[in-house]
Amino acid sequence: MAVVSNGTTLIDAGALGAGVPTGKMTLIKTLTASSSATLSFVDGAASVVLDDTYDSYVFKFINMHPATNAVQFSFQTNAVGASGYNETITSTAFDAYQNENNSGAGLEYSAARDQAQGTAFQQFNDGLSNSADDSISGTLQLFNPSSTTFVKHFIGDSNTSYNGGLSVNWKIAGYINTTSAIDEIQFKMSSGNIDSGVIKLYGIGG
Amino acid sequence: MAIISNGTTVADAGAFSASLGSKVHIKTLTASSSATLSFLNGTDGVVLDSTYPIYKFEFINIHPATNDTSFTFQVDTGTNTSYNQTITSTFFNAQHSEGDANYLMYRTTGDQAQGSSFQRLTEGTGADNDQSCSGTLTIYNPSDTTFVKHFIANTHNAHHGDYTMNNFIAGYVNTTTALTRVQFKMSSGNIDSGKIKLYGIKDS
Repeated sequence: MAVVSNGTTLIDAGALGAGVPTGKMTLIKTLTASSSATLSFVDGAASVVLDDTYDSYVFKFINMHPATNAVQFSFQTNAVGASGYNETITSTAFDAYQNENNSGAGLEYSAARDQAQGTAFQQFNDGLSNSADDSISGTLQLFNPSSTTFVKHFIGDSNTSYNGGLSVNWKIAGYINTTSAIDEIQFKMSSGNIDSGVIKLYGIGG
Repeated sequence: MAIISNGTTVADAGAFSASLGSKVHIKTLTASSSATLSFLNGTDGVVLDSTYPIYKFEFINIHPATNDTSFTFQVDTGTNTSYNQTITSTFFNAQHSEGDANYLMYRTTGDQAQGSSFQRLTEGTGADNDQSCSGTLTIYNPSDTTFVKHFIANTHNAHHGDYTMNNFIAGYVNTTTALTRVQFKMSSGNIDSGKIKLYGIKDS
């Protein structure tokens, strides 16, 4: 039985009516770190969707706190059927920073964080401290990972609070230089565990 | 007739009262050797008025027919179709080549000072089969009749010289007239393929 209100079909046949405007940022999966070496989103496993269901995917990482001092939060991907999280990446990285004591602020390119056809984990930041109140939060958007025509664009935006009182806004972007579909993504620290933090995966699309 | 569950009005007067998400998909346009892609308020299901305070375009794998071109946009008011509103804008990007050359720079070739050209969203996008550009463009309160119209974009493109480019574009459309339409095109040649999705962001 359809539910019709004021002439508009709101619900019918077990689904919302076609004319009902709905949000198009769909939470797919939340992973919570607890002294975790890695956090991985694998299409088809544990309810993760990372295929052509959505046009783009957004990861929101919240208060990722490292167990080890002075490390980098990072990600890599696997193409369908591949393993090792070592796809080829060309990327950019730059940051804006400011000290709490106003002793130095600036904008700089970070050659240590970019890659030129590299296969390392792509780093979001530099030197994240493990002080109790320090962490990194931000987003990573991955466009059309299931494409078998184009290289895969990504854009990341994050902020870190440094030990010693420094706020750093990191901007990374690049492409995973493969025309194979990407169906797995893994996050980890450059050294040591992810002590705590949450990563949420959303699908974007209408 | 209202639908009431456990004392809460879930739906009434032809609409849900309960939240169904704040990012509402309005329209998707798919390029196929297209000279332009246009979103016109009131046409083909497009909403671009005071319904939402913020509109966000997401473009995915925009592939140019012509090498070394820029993906661009302009806007217009009322039923005008000239797409030549006055814009003042900034453009900077980070670049890194597959050969390991890197730059972070302001790009005067991408900004406008009271210009009426199509606003660049990328720089030198390549037309190789696997090259394209993707990103977002947010326009704030386009229907306002008091303020100039702010926009902010963040795009990524595969440059024809095998560079990755992370582009940051922002500015204002210098009119207090409501905007009713947005057009996208390449700086030269067609949009060979790609999708542009328009979302409205609810304020409540």
